Amino acid sequence: MNHLGFDTEKLKIGSFDFTCCEGCQLQLANHESTLPEFLALLDIRNFREISSERLDDSDIALVEGSITRSDEVERLKAIRAQAKVLVAYGTCACFGGMNAQKNKFPKEECIRTVYGDKQIDTMPEAHKISDFVQVDYSIPGCPVSKEEVERIVVSIATRSPIALPKYPVCVECKQRLNTCLFDLGEVCLGPISRAGCDAVCPSGKTVCLGCRGPADDINYASFTELVRDKGLSTEEMREKLAFYNGFTEYLNHEG
Amino acid sequence: MIYKVISKNEFRAFVDALVRANTSYGPRQVDTGRNGEPVYQFMPVSSASEIAFDYTVTTSSAKHLIMPFREELSKFRFRDGDWDQEVRYDAPPIVLFGLRPCDINAINILDEVMLNGPYPSPYYLARRKNTFIVGMDHLPLPDCFCRSMNRHTVSRGFNLFASDIGESYFLSINSSKAYNFLKEFETTEPTEEDDCKLIERRKLIKQSFKTNVEVTGLPMFLDLEFDSPIWEKWGNKCLNCGSCAMVCPTCYCYNVEERVATGLESSSRQRRLYSCNLIDFAEVSGGHNFRPKNGDRLKYRYYHHYRGFAINDNQQICVGCNRCGRTCLASINPKEVINDLRLEKESCMTCVSPSPQRS
Ligand code: SF4
Ligand code: SF4
Ligand code: SF4
Ligand code: SF4
Ligand code: SF4
Repeated sequence: MNHLGFDTEKLKIGSFDFTCCEGCQLQLANHESTLPEFLALLDIRNFREISSERLDDSDIALVEGSITRSDEVERLKAIRAQAKVLVAYGTCACFGGMNAQKNKFPKEECIRTVYGDKQIDTMPEAHKISDFVQVDYSIPGCPVSKEEVERIVVSIATRSPIALPKYPVCVECKQRLNTCLFDLGEVCLGPISRAGCDAVCPSGKTVCLGCRGPADDINYASFTELVRDKGLSTEEMREKLAFYNGFTEYLNHEG
Repeated sequence: MIYKVISKNEFRAFVDALVRANTSYGPRQVDTGRNGEPVYQFMPVSSASEIAFDYTVTTSSAKHLIMPFREELSKFRFRDGDWDQEVRYDAPPIVLFGLRPCDINAINILDEVMLNGPYPSPYYLARRKNTFIVGMDHLPLPDCFCRSMNRHTVSRGFNLFASDIGESYFLSINSSKAYNFLKEFETTEPTEEDDCKLIERRKLIKQSFKTNVEVTGLPMFLDLEFDSPIWEKWGNKCLNCGSCAMVCPTCYCYNVEERVATGLESSSRQRRLYSCNLIDFAEVSGGHNFRPKNGDRLKYRYYHHYRGFAINDNQQICVGCNRCGRTCLASINPKEVINDLRLEKESCMTCVSPSPQRS
């Protein structure tokens, strides 16, 4: 491939899933209008959703899912050892995601509720992958946005800087002329969540639950004050903050 | 300027014909708020029945219809190690209906910045030239302070302006296009009584302001208060969410992004409206951030609006619509920030400072 006079080699890419719904991987096969161009940039080495190849030498490893079993830790470390670039792909990999709901309950109770008497090997908590390996880039989202993934892959291919928006979801929400959900009496995490999803949830009149994690340098104190000032429930706020596990450092800090 | 009087029914018929024949935007109710209050925005309209003629205020201004939130500036195509650039200034004609005096004044301020500076924007010019503006007066909301900014009346920047004088509208016609459109509708020459009603109406509007923001001498106050602790105090509340700048009719800052197509065969250079309150507004290549603190960022927003920058002739660019104040989830609004600032300065001028201790 030739781009602006320099050759770009196809990026050897592998995708690996841990505890998750594989919805983020499935997103890669979406956005059909640019799918052929997208695939042309890639040499797919390991990808359950779009290819039967099983090779382990990838330049870029997309790692999806959270870590909930000890054997997963070993597999994750092996992937890290082989990949030049490791990308935490999707909310589960970046923050633990929805699976981290179980972190609030005793392990035995969780197993009993879900699996009955069956013997299950699971860790007490669901972890983000950066708890075990070094992560080079993160692409958060539940599910990830295909446009953002394409943009980042193109940036890697053209050796351009890679960045996620640093500002919160409200910017995009205001640009879509949405009525603020706080004005409708709801607690929305938009003011502290990282933009890049084009405010898809508030645009559908559903509050933002922060699947993309915190924006850069958020003002958590002012946010909690806002919830109180509006006479809304801080309990509800905390539940929302815990939903995708992206705000643990703020919740823990508060005590 | 030509003046005419038109009955309310006839005006509605005129507006209906106008918006049916053109791509048009006008105030529409989009939601009902928590306390039952209607929420309005400038939205596409295709008949008079869709327009909320008696709307109060739109949450967002009409700015984005002339300066879109995202706009392509040019397209590049890469071929055989070379590239071509394609630039287009297409702007289909649009009608903006129902703008308030402050909104039209805001567009006049944008004209000043985008067209009369050293680098006029051809993109802005194309849209502005093709925008037909119909203004309407109204009684101010309790928190409107355009009168304080002297932006509560407007004499240019629109094609047609309608003042409510009871049974009819008093029309100020400011373009031949508007004059020609109106020819097909029944209008009359203003009588002396109509003139009186217009004067009464203006008086009523002027007397109805409940919020006054004292802005005389403000540019100097701002210079003197550059290091004031009030910036940190208000900055500590700021969520850095940029909502204020998005809804503001005169915030015009933007960021330019390159979007390379997935096939690498082309790329698009896009302008995106931005806000000086966003964390990376003053971040440069290499990662240094000139304004890492909330308080500093908020301060510059106020400086730009109430002191002015050289680019706009050191003019205040706030028109006093208070959209920023209404939208701010952290309850930061011009009235309180400016009052705080003045209080700080005034108390400092009246207090007697103790003499330094002898050692
Ligand atoms: S709805 Fe949520 S994201 Fe949108 S402006 Fe309100 S707080 Fe921000
Ligand atoms: S609005 Fe919030 S929850 Fe919804 S996709 Fe965006 S970041 Fe995730
Ligand atoms: S002043 Fe208010 S609206 Fe503006 S960035 Fe700060 S919190 Fe957001
Ligand atoms: S510098 Fe800030 S206040 Fe001034 S136009 Fe830009 S965003 Fe608005
Ligand atoms: S700064 Fe606020 S009050 Fe002034 S023009 Fe902008 S939105 Fe309106």
